[in-house]
Amino acid sequence: MLDINNLTAKIGDKEILRGVNLTVPDGEIHAIMGPNGAGKSTLSYVLSGREGYEVTGGSATYNGQDLLAMEPEQRAAAGVFLAFQYPVELPGVGNANFIRTALNSIRRARGEAELDAVAFLKLARAAIKNLSMPDDMLKRNVNVGFSGGEKKRNEVLQMALLNPGLAILDETDSGLDIDALKIVADGVNALRSPTFSALVITHYQRLLDHIVPDYVHVLAAGRIVRSGGPELALELEAHGYAGLEAA
Amino acid sequence: MAAVTETLETVDALAAQKYKYGFETNIAMDEFPKGLNENIVKLISAKKNEPEWLLAWRLKAYALWRSMEEPDWARIKHPPIDYENLYYYAAPSGPEPKSLDEVDPELIKMYDKLGIPLNERAALAGVDSPNVAVDAVFDSVSVATTFRETLSKAGVIFCPISEAVREHPDLVKEYLGSVVSIGDNYFSALNSAVFSDGSFVYIPKGVRCPMELSTYFRINARNTGQFERTLIIAAEGASVSYLEGCTAPMRDENQLHAAVVELVALDDAKIKYSTVQNWYPGDAEGKGGIYNFVTKRGNCKGKNSKISWTQVETGSAITWKYPSCILKGDNSVGEFYSVALTHNYQQADTGTKMIHIGKNTTSTIISKGISAGHSNNTYRGLVKILPGASGARNFTQCDSLLIGDQCGAHTVPYIESRNMSAKVEHEATTSKIAEDQLFYCRSRGLSEEDAVGLIVNGFCKDVLKELPMEFAVEAQKLLAVSLEGSVG
Ligand SMILES: Nc1ncnc2c1ncn2[C@@H]1O[C@H](COP(=O)(O)OP(=O)(O)OP(=O)(O)O)[C@@H](O)[C@H]1O
Ligand SMILES: [Mg+2]
Repeated sequence: MLDINNLTAKIGDKEILRGVNLTVPDGEIHAIMGPNGAGKSTLSYVLSGREGYEVTGGSATYNGQDLLAMEPEQRAAAGVFLAFQYPVELPGVGNANFIRTALNSIRRARGEAELDAVAFLKLARAAIKNLSMPDDMLKRNVNVGFSGGEKKRNEVLQMALLNPGLAILDETDSGLDIDALKIVADGVNALRSPTFSALVITHYQRLLDHIVPDYVHVLAAGRIVRSGGPELALELEAHGYAGLEAA
Repeated sequence: MAAVTETLETVDALAAQKYKYGFETNIAMDEFPKGLNENIVKLISAKKNEPEWLLAWRLKAYALWRSMEEPDWARIKHPPIDYENLYYYAAPSGPEPKSLDEVDPELIKMYDKLGIPLNERAALAGVDSPNVAVDAVFDSVSVATTFRETLSKAGVIFCPISEAVREHPDLVKEYLGSVVSIGDNYFSALNSAVFSDGSFVYIPKGVRCPMELSTYFRINARNTGQFERTLIIAAEGASVSYLEGCTAPMRDENQLHAAVVELVALDDAKIKYSTVQNWYPGDAEGKGGIYNFVTKRGNCKGKNSKISWTQVETGSAITWKYPSCILKGDNSVGEFYSVALTHNYQQADTGTKMIHIGKNTTSTIISKGISAGHSNNTYRGLVKILPGASGARNFTQCDSLLIGDQCGAHTVPYIESRNMSAKVEHEATTSKIAEDQLFYCRSRGLSEEDAVGLIVNGFCKDVLKELPMEFAVEAQKLLAVSLEGSVG
């Protein structure tokens, strides 16, 4: 379970998160919507431990572990995965090598045996096939020269292979064509289990047609200002965020 | 190429380790008295039963060296080297071993520890490098050369240069000093006077060397300079791939290494020369380490010949080294692929010279410099197109990667073109490891050091893929290990 309590954080002198409260029990998928600049990406970075984001108060735990006290790689080992809004290019680093190094780092941290190249490639090829992605995705350098949509799909491929307990997807649907959107949604749905939970950050109701969330939250000006069921997304689609900040 | 890329991608995660070759081996040594004079030169020559002409050659070099000054144009700083406080010859006691059975077991153990199999049967059984012949040079002498019979069946000569002087005097006489003249520079003069051992390779006409050849250099003795001399000749249509590796014990005092390597490629011949240089770099405060002043040059003497240098330089307190190509033959090709990594207080001033003489000669220079800690890393290169080199082409790419803000990266390219039809291209970049790249990797579970290792290896990929497979894997590990403690 992810448990966020009155979390406040700033970048430089600017207060961005102003008291976030959110609980995501295992097995559930929660969507986060909200206007540009509300702090959605900031929340995802704070949860995954990016430098430069100063937590000024509150707490965030996952399965009882204090996330905020952990290094980013320890959070990954604890099962937290962030699909980046803007995936990063790693020139000269092969995608397969990258994902295998990541997977083995996590396995090592958990005291599990590492996967050799052959075993990994088998897994990776299967995942690629499930996600209807081209094989050369594994051979290319991480995100280098990928189209916007390919970068997002690569995030989902990494998620599928690292098999996290908590996935945070930051606008993974932005820039995807209709078929890709469906594939990405299937990728998330395939992970659904009583021990998996997800925070899905999105601007568009159409993603939530495919990944049906248990709850929808609206983050505005650094706070969750409204929560509801899947129907809240439809309402937002119709009326926008006007008036919500005051609520 | 595909296989190599595959290996790069499948290399295992790195075990955290510091300089692991820093141990010392205790065996009885013969040393000549400290300091350098004509007598020492004569003693070295006598110890090796050299012919008159070679002694005369050495003495001429010695006299030249005495008249020269240490060069000061490189971007390196060090206290003056006291040439009178060095030993110029050190070798395991006793007569030279005739076969592996006569080699001191302590030495064989040492090479095992370094991962260099001198025992041919073990090498053949090993999956790591089943197809590599090794010449092992320990301080001043070659202690063992493997697979000589297999090679001699193919007509290939691979032996210590001291032996080549005795067994193949005509070849040695013809080519020794033909690419790097005695007085080429201060360190080549010194080397010519006191060179002790090194490898000699001759690939006869039309022969593709059936296996990779390698020399493994090890400095063990204290206060001893290592001055090896390597000479490789590929006759018409011949080809060979040669690897060189180096390590030394950790010591507080600096040790001098001044080698000369000469390559000669005749018509249609190809020589690929790869180095992984991992001499002891000194400690985190900059104490100790090897002073590596090396002259390497290849002569593409024949038409359509090709010489390719690939180097991964991670060791040494000081690296002063410019593997170069003289492109004399028409259509000849010169290549220089380099990774130079400096950390702590290491200093590297390295690059290449491509001298275009023949028509339609082409050269490629890819240099990747990585600086961390308080180190300084300089690329220094010369592309020279002579008037007769019509149609000459050069492409140069120099990339520098900085880790932290206490280190320096410098690029000093010289271009001299005296032929209007020549095309010379130069590209250079300087970058830092970006915070978002590090965070991306760490959010996937990689430690900060593994993330740096991965990003640096990616940065060097264009060079690493030029290395033979076994070396590529070794080099990748070395890069990551050499950067330990550079972040965080
Ligand atoms: N490095 C930074 N320095 C200064 N301000 C920043 C920085 N990063 C983010 N901000 C500011 O913090 C606020 C929240 O940004 P954040 O990226 O979290 O918004 P978001 O909700 O993800 O928006 P979007 O929907 O556009 O992705 C914005 O006003 C943004 O300009
Ligand atoms: Mg955002």
